[in-house]
Amino acid sequence: MDYLNNFFLIALPYLALAIFLIGTIFRYTSRKFQFSSLSSQFLEGRKLFYGSVPFHWGVIFVFFGHLIAFLFPGSVLAWNSQPLRLMILEITAFIFGISMLVGLINLVIRRYTTARLSPVTNKMDLIVYVLLIIQTVAGLWIAYNFRWGSSWFSTLLTPYLYSIFTFNPDITAVSLLPWPVKLHIAGAFVILSIFPFTRLVHMLVLPLNYLWRPYQQVTWYWNRKKVRSSSTPWSLQRPENT
Amino acid sequence: MDVRSQISMVFHLDKCIGCHTCSIACKNIWTDRKGAEYMWWNNVETKPGTGYPTKWEDQEVYRGGWKKSNGKVNLLGTGKRRGLTNIFYNPNLPVIDDYYEPFTYKYLDLIESPEGDDQPTARPVSLITGKPIDIKMGPNWDDDLSGTPDFGRNDPNLKNLSAEEQEVMFQLERMAFFYLPRICNHCLNPACVASCPSGAIYKRGEDGVVLINQEVCRAWRMCVTACPYKKSYYNWYTGKSEKCILCFPRIEAGLAPACMHSCVGRIRYLGVLLYDADRIESAVHKDDEDLIDGHLDIILDPFDEKVIQAAKMSGVADSTIHSAQYSPVYKYVKQWKLALPLHAEFRTLPMLFYVPPLLPVMATVKQVDNTEGGKMMNPIAKYWDDNWLYDTSTTELWGTLDQVRFPLKYLANLLSAGNEEMIKDKWKKLMAVRIHRRRVTVGDISQEKTDEVLREAGLTAEMADGIFYLTALAKFEDRFVIPPAHREQAIEMLDFTGDTKGEVGFGFKSKVKRGL
Repeated sequence: MDYLNNFFLIALPYLALAIFLIGTIFRYTSRKFQFSSLSSQFLEGRKLFYGSVPFHWGVIFVFFGHLIAFLFPGSVLAWNSQPLRLMILEITAFIFGISMLVGLINLVIRRYTTARLSPVTNKMDLIVYVLLIIQTVAGLWIAYNFRWGSSWFSTLLTPYLYSIFTFNPDITAVSLLPWPVKLHIAGAFVILSIFPFTRLVHMLVLPLNYLWRPYQQVTWYWNRKKVRSSSTPWSLQRPENT
Repeated sequence: MDVRSQISMVFHLDKCIGCHTCSIACKNIWTDRKGAEYMWWNNVETKPGTGYPTKWEDQEVYRGGWKKSNGKVNLLGTGKRRGLTNIFYNPNLPVIDDYYEPFTYKYLDLIESPEGDDQPTARPVSLITGKPIDIKMGPNWDDDLSGTPDFGRNDPNLKNLSAEEQEVMFQLERMAFFYLPRICNHCLNPACVASCPSGAIYKRGEDGVVLINQEVCRAWRMCVTACPYKKSYYNWYTGKSEKCILCFPRIEAGLAPACMHSCVGRIRYLGVLLYDADRIESAVHKDDEDLIDGHLDIILDPFDEKVIQAAKMSGVADSTIHSAQYSPVYKYVKQWKLALPLHAEFRTLPMLFYVPPLLPVMATVKQVDNTEGGKMMNPIAKYWDDNWLYDTSTTELWGTLDQVRFPLKYLANLLSAGNEEMIKDKWKKLMAVRIHRRRVTVGDISQEKTDEVLREAGLTAEMADGIFYLTALAKFEDRFVIPPAHREQAIEMLDFTGDTKGEVGFGFKSKVKRGL
């Protein structure tokens, strides 16, 4: 049992993090053309709505929920100190989890029943679907059966994750948790390890820059105000465009 | 004044014969690939018709372009808020069926089928799935008004025409149509650039070509919605958007773009326009009726000393300024005021201009004595021995504009944001040129009448001759005045061309340092 715990809770996370970092950087720097969300809305634009929208909004809230519990465990515990607020948090999170699962199922059905989508479907898509469904079902199972997740995550899992990220892994508490929780933890790291080799990379290039850039973009090869100026005649460095 | 140069185009619709050679030239070079089969960066539509993709002009459906409301101009279906909240599902994205499902035929079946009682057939198969399909739609399905009940009658430009006017347009005896070739307009206020969340689309400063960086595009597909002309296409296979690149590799080499080079009717003109980038914003904010004037107003006179000075200050090359002075586009758009942008009301300031088609609508046939006219004709030419005249020179010349086969309003919806006077003005000019040239070559129209017609159209005899020359006789160099791309500067991005003694050699952009 110790071997398994050590493998899934210590070795796997480090392996996954290494693959994630190296793989993503490699793909971003040398395979930039392949960095795309690979939207298939153009081929099938109706059923996608019932899959993509609930899945994405679900996953965004669930992901940031986990992230907040990891980064600010104290604030989550403080929020949960009143039962009403705890209930609101748990029910909201559960609803988003359900939304994610419904979206996923719709996406899977859409992808494998629409003939036009077969040429743009690859094996990695199937693996991603399977892993995400396992992960989502496990998450919902845990949320339903081992209450209240938001509280014990902050006291049990945050220290564990913190120990992983500070290269001082401590699994004494985590190894005592029931197997669905361990499955959920291992699943997360497995997804992380295949991340660079799937279309999931598109979440790393979420275009938040769009919020503050000007609408129009015009580019010049050279700094056009200087390129013809007599004060910067032919020199070793042409006035480059910044 | 921030002077920039823009390579822009004029399409002379009177000369377009609808042969689709331009489309084929473009397709062969750029879009004959997987995922791009359905794309026609250059396409030719029959008008009235619904075009490609179907009903692209109907922004109630596609939500493209900009819209002015409460004095502010905003993207209609995209933009920062809508673009980012609809990023998981874009409710206004056209799907492949709005274009057509690309297909081929199983030609090999004709050869390889076993012997039988029936002729073997080549069944159509989808180029997406590879499975047999029933073809519902193809490129130019509505060519030459075919399928008018489904296509021609659903043209969005018929929107404010009365039922009577529409009925007249589609009577068999009175039917008329013309062709509308379309490429990317390389706009001054491009909606595709503004809508791209990744910032993958940009306008080149040197020549104004709008391009999509394939390495930055992430398939958020907002540009497809945003472009009101639907000239940004989604490659369903690579997951990247693509669009007309104005054949920039050819332009940089001094060649005309493939569609223009191959144009059989010689309808296409390409040249530089200098414009004032500081005034783009005010031009975009004009009311619908002033939009075109505002648009043409920011195009600058390349002979004006002040403009030339300002252009140099902004880094425009001397050779580009020189090209701008010889630009056929400048002549058509500014000097002669003959060309109009397509659907100016989309507010993208398109830099592709159209000379409205003058349909054979304003002439009358009457009995005259043609003996004198016949004598003046070239002896090799066919002798004109009958006594009727296809008369375009009556005093009621402009009166017949009301009886045209093509409702003015239709063309106004297409080319002048609804302003019928503007179309009338162009038609008068085109007629005046014909009358003037008829006086010169046939001589059966009096000088006074010609002068009167020219004056009314706002032309001089020299201008009319200029229009005639550029329309009918122009050679390749007259039609395409391409500014040198200064490749010698482009190569400096890779190599410093001023390498001298003591340097390490070619191939280094930065200073060469010994490693640690």
